[in-house]
Amino acid sequence: MIAVLVRDLRLSIRSGGGFGLALAFFLIVVTLVPFGVGPEAAVLARIGPGILWVAALLACLLSLDRLFATDAEDGALDLLATAPLPLEGVVAAKALAHWIVTGLPLTLAAPVFGLLYDLPPPVWGWLLGSLALGTPALSVIGAFGAALTVGLKRGGLLLSLLVLPLYVPTLIFGAEAVRRGADGLPAATPLLMLGGITLGAAALLPFAAAAAIRVNLR
Amino acid sequence: MSIWDYANPRRFMRVSSWLLPWSTALAAVTLAVGLGWGFFFTPDDFRQGSTVKILYLHVPAAMMAINIWVMMLVASMIWLIRRHHVSALAAKAAAPIGLTMTLIALATGAIWGQPMWGTWWAWDPRLTSFLILGLFYLGYIALWEAVENPDTAADLTGVLCLVGSVFALLSRYAVLFWSQGLHQGASLSLDRKENVHDVFWLPLVTCIAGFVLFFVALLLLRTRTEIRARRLKALLARERMA
Repeated sequence: MIAVLVRDLRLSIRSGGGFGLALAFFLIVVTLVPFGVGPEAAVLARIGPGILWVAALLACLLSLDRLFATDAEDGALDLLATAPLPLEGVVAAKALAHWIVTGLPLTLAAPVFGLLYDLPPPVWGWLLGSLALGTPALSVIGAFGAALTVGLKRGGLLLSLLVLPLYVPTLIFGAEAVRRGADGLPAATPLLMLGGITLGAAALLPFAAAAAIRVNLR
Repeated sequence: MSIWDYANPRRFMRVSSWLLPWSTALAAVTLAVGLGWGFFFTPDDFRQGSTVKILYLHVPAAMMAINIWVMMLVASMIWLIRRHHVSALAAKAAAPIGLTMTLIALATGAIWGQPMWGTWWAWDPRLTSFLILGLFYLGYIALWEAVENPDTAADLTGVLCLVGSVFALLSRYAVLFWSQGLHQGASLSLDRKENVHDVFWLPLVTCIAGFVLFFVALLLLRTRTEIRARRLKALLARERMA
């Protein structure tokens, strides 16, 4: 599992486009929104947490279609499927690698982007916490979607149609936690629900994703 | 004789060819009676006037939208566990009906909401979760369309249906947590003596029964079409081989 993880990380760093791209996309979305809604600081601070969450979700989606597709093209996925490591483990390792490449940098960079939206420092903590708890779920759910569409030639658009509805609960609880934290309300419940979704998705979805990959390799 | 015997496509075709005209006729009669009764022979509501009558479309459509997803879930599980092709085809055939029911529920709700709530749409938990349910239907149908091999498509959509059901439920409760509702609570339940006044209740039940029958008829029709399409494909393939 660690070998798969290290391989995926190395691939995404060296092939370029993986590591920095999600972050750059995140920056662009965050920059574009004020052009759409106007530059008033009060409005931006109000919608900031939600925008950051939606941007994280889209940035996560961006690199998903390559999660299994490149390996399926060059045959590496067949080898991984016949390897002694169960396919569920491969999926989990690849989802973890995807998170380290996209979710983790976004989480760490979120306070900087919060600055752009005039979010006060106490909110940064909530933002960091909710993204840290929630983005792993985005990667695992995305891995399931990518596994479903791995055999398709033009799976990218379909992938977003399949995955985005699945992201709804994560987005709701994540954004709600930040909003409550920002308003000074108790935010433990959404954070706990967010953690629950992440743990549940990480525990169960690799099995569904591995089943889908096996069907696709048949 | 067990229920699994009907999983044989030939037997299914025979039984459904007998069932289809009956269920269609029954659905037509029940719907005509229920809707006619509801629209023309019930009094206007004290507050809502005649707009209340859209209820006879809205409530059954909304119920069916959820129940059809449950039916697809059961059919997908039967396919994944017992590999009966009719079951997979029935799930495929049900999805567009479910999407249509979702759209009917959303549209009639909007038409009722405009005069009553003063808005076509509100980000209310029930409305929002129905929108999300509609997205799930869309994704499911799109996946069926996208995968070429029918068995692969059936497997993948089956898995999607299982995972989607969990997430649809999660979304429902997440959405409840996220926003306060404008929509009224459930007005129908089995363990209450009287849900709404009998004057409205009886035509409503007739309409619900009519929608269920209508769904059965449509489902049989669409599943038969799918089976015929599958047979046609097999015949064409055999001809090419010969």
